[in-house]
Parts: sequence; structure tokens; C-alpha cells
Amino acid sequence: MSDFSFWIILQNLLLATRWTILLSLIAFVSGGIVGLLVLLARVSHGRVLRILSLGYIEVFQGTPLLMQLFLFFFGVALFGIEVSPWVAAWLALTLWTSAFLAEIWRGCVESIPKGQWEASESLALSYGEQMRHVILPQALRIAVAPTVGFSVQVVKGTALASIIGFVELTKAGTMLNNVTFRPFLVYTLVALIYFALCFPLSWYSKRLEGRLNVAR
Amino acid sequence: MSLVSIRDVRKSYGAQEVLKGVSLDTGRGDVVAIIGRSGSGKSTLLRCINGLETYQSGSITVDGMAVGDGKTDLRTLRRHVGMVFQQFNLFPHLTAGENIMLAPTVVVKEQKGEARAVAESLLEKVGLAGKFDAYPSQLSGGQQQRVAIARALAMRPTVLLCDEITSALDPELVNEVLKVVERLASEGMTLILVTHEMRFARDVGTKLVFMHQGRVHEEGPPKALFGQPATPELAQFIGVQP
Ligand SMILES: Nc1ncnc2c1ncn2[C@@H]1O[C@H](COP(=O)(O)OP(=O)(O)OP(=O)(O)O)[C@@H](O)[C@H]1O
Ligand SMILES: [Mg+2]
Repeated sequence: MSDFSFWIILQNLLLATRWTILLSLIAFVSGGIVGLLVLLARVSHGRVLRILSLGYIEVFQGTPLLMQLFLFFFGVALFGIEVSPWVAAWLALTLWTSAFLAEIWRGCVESIPKGQWEASESLALSYGEQMRHVILPQALRIAVAPTVGFSVQVVKGTALASIIGFVELTKAGTMLNNVTFRPFLVYTLVALIYFALCFPLSWYSKRLEGRLNVAR
Repeated sequence: MSLVSIRDVRKSYGAQEVLKGVSLDTGRGDVVAIIGRSGSGKSTLLRCINGLETYQSGSITVDGMAVGDGKTDLRTLRRHVGMVFQQFNLFPHLTAGENIMLAPTVVVKEQKGEARAVAESLLEKVGLAGKFDAYPSQLSGGQQQRVAIARALAMRPTVLLCDEITSALDPELVNEVLKVVERLASEGMTLILVTHEMRFARDVGTKLVFMHQGRVHEEGPPKALFGQPATPELAQFIGVQP
């Protein structure tokens, strides 16, 4: 098995990394869209909407992502619907991401000073108009840094998709280890690739945060 | 009939009664200056007039529209009642011009070009021609407050409420804002303002209202009240011997 050279291992891991990146991107984007809807429900004037969205957030934040993956993969199959690991991972990560992003963004919305609400209200803007033109544009600026920061969690979260058989970086590492029996090399490389994906994100997030603090 | 009519308004926060039956009439073109100690309910009263606060009993009507009866649409009301705040509350992500254009374009659905022309002329009116593209953070406090006034005027309100609009300003910036308000008054704008600027209240006001412990303690022509306060509380507040 020694002809499984370093380069071949690396090449295979990098090929699998494409799927980690793709799953991360898709989960992040769709999670962001769902998260925006959850956020709007969470800060709405409707009591029922607020309670429902709070419940949603609590459920997805309060249970392990792995359990959510299992539920989508095995649970849905019980209803006779065949779910591919790819779809199950995408759905689970989307909902999980949306819950966290909604909560992060809620903090941003609530950090907008009360005077902004009062001034826009006094100008006869409706709630929706206030949100659209006054509150969300300001909240968005504050939200960029923690949102980028959270994207690191999404990238790492995709590793769990390996358990339901989705061949991304972690799963590829496991498979390569099974044929090469060089766990130290393989998993070091896997870890380094994750680091290479995550570090720029967290670095960028910190930089944005710093810039925002200076701007104040 | 008065433009803003306040009848026996009572308002409590929990067990604390903040307005204990306030009545006040404001005619068209009046400049009502409300003075009084901190906590006497001045801001609360002002905020009840445009529905930012609710009240428990009594009534308020503005130009025939009842405020806080649950029937009048507050948005309709607010198109006629402008408000300027102590802390300016400009929208920091919008330029001065965009701040002024926001409500006319979003609420009234004015055309952009039309709203822009109005915004420019309002900026000129408050002495800020050429500041259309400046962001609030690039303006002094006095300039920001003048933009805030222009923003309120863009909705062509029938009455303008001002809550201590010079209190957050450095002393040397107070006058530029007061001058704008004085000019509005001279043009016949109906103004209800809470203020600590006694000289302004006396010289520009057509009516002085002294609030004390949630009530209108004294009201009348400013010069008469300042010259001869009827109650020891007002005398003490303005610092003259009764
Ligand atoms: N949101 C609130 N919740 C509870 N109490 C409040 C609230 N707003 C005001 N109060 C209380 O109501 C009373 C009147 O407040 P208000 O702001 O109307 O006074 P003010 O005359 O404007 O005082 P100032 O000159 O300090 O602005 C105060 O005792 C204040 O503590
Ligand atoms: Mg006040």
C-alpha cells in the first residue's frame, strides 16, 4: 500500500474538499434565507409568530446537529421517502444554520437604538417600512462580522455529514485511512485543510469586527 | 377650534401616575413652550400627541383626528404631526438628503426627483445648502439637528413637536437651531416645544405652559408669566421672587 503516496492522498482529500466547500456554501446560503424569515418572525409584532420562531430556534440550538442529521436521514426514510445523504445533510445544515443566524441577527436588530424606531415611526413609516429602510440596513452592517464568524461553524458542521455517508473531506479521510493505514498523516492533512478553509474566515471576521469598533 | 386639543389626559407607568389630568389647547400658528422640572411629564405629554405613548383616559385630537382612541390610524395622524428629538435620531446609514427624502418617497410615494428638490430647498432653508450628500457622522450636532428639523418638515406637518431639541448641543451650537425654529414660528408653523431655553420661550412663544408634577400648573402669555408668576413653584423654577 506504500504506493499510496503522499501526493495521491493529498489529491484525493482535495478533491473531496470540493464537496465540503459546496455543502458549506449551499447550507450557508439557504440557511441565511431561512434564517432571515425566522428573524422576521422573531422580531415581529405577532405573538404567535414570535413564540413559534423562538421554539424553532431553541429546538435547533438545543439539540446536537448530529441528531438533526440522523432525523433527516433515517427519520424521513420511515415515511417511505428516500433521502440521499446529500439532501439530508443539506436540509439539516440549512435548518441548523438558520436557527443560529436568526439568533445572531436578532441581537443585531435589537442593538439598534430605540431612537431609530421612534424617529421612523414619527415619520409615519409602517413597521415593514421601518424594518426595510431603517433597521435592517443598520443591523446588516453590524451583522457581517458575527455572520462571517459563524460560517466557520458551518464548515466544521459539514464534517458530521460524513457519518450518514456523504463523501466530503472527513469521510474521504476515513476512507483513505482504511486503505493506507496512515492515520496520522491522513488526519493531519484533513485537519490542515479544514484549518485552511476556516482560518481566513475567522481572521476576516475579526478584522471586520475591529474595523466596526474603530468606526464608532 | 384649536388645532391640538388635549382634554384631561391621564397616563401612568405602572403605579406611577405621570400625567394627572392634563388639558391644553393649541391654536393654529401658536408657539407653545412647555417648561418644567425634570420628571414633570413634559416629554410624556408630547409623545402622547403623536401616539408614541398611549394614555389611559382623557382625549387628544389633532386637527379633528382623535389620537389613541384606536380608530384613527396612527400613520395618518403622523403624516400631520412632525417630531424632533433631543438626540436628533438621524438615520446614520443615509445622507442628510436621503434622511429628508425617506418618508416622502416611502410613505407619500413622491417621485424621487420631486422629493429631492424638496429636500434641497429644505436644507437651504435650515442653512445647510450643499450638505445633501453628507452623512450624519460628518455633521456637527447643530447641523444634525437642523437636518432633523428639515426631515420632519418634508412631510409638511400641520404641527411640529420639539422635545428639548437644543439640550444635547454644545452651547455655541444652540443658537443656530433656535434661529431655524424662530423662523418657522414667524412663518406661522404651529409648534409645541419642550424647552429649557427660557429666553427663547419668552421671546418666541405665544403661550407658556409650566408643568409641575404631572399637571399644567400655570399657563398664559409668556411675558406675563415670566414677569409675574402666579404660583411660588413657577417663581422658584424661573428664579424670581413672587
Ligand atoms: N418608559 C417609561 N417607563 C417608566 N417610567 C417612565 C417612562 N418614561 C418616563 N417615565 C417616568 O415618567 C415621569 C415623567 O417623565 P418625562 O420624561 O415625561 O419627564 P420630563 O418632564 O420630560 O423630564 P425631563 O426634563 O428630564 O426630560 C418620570 O418620573 C419618568 O421617570
Ligand atoms: Mg423629557
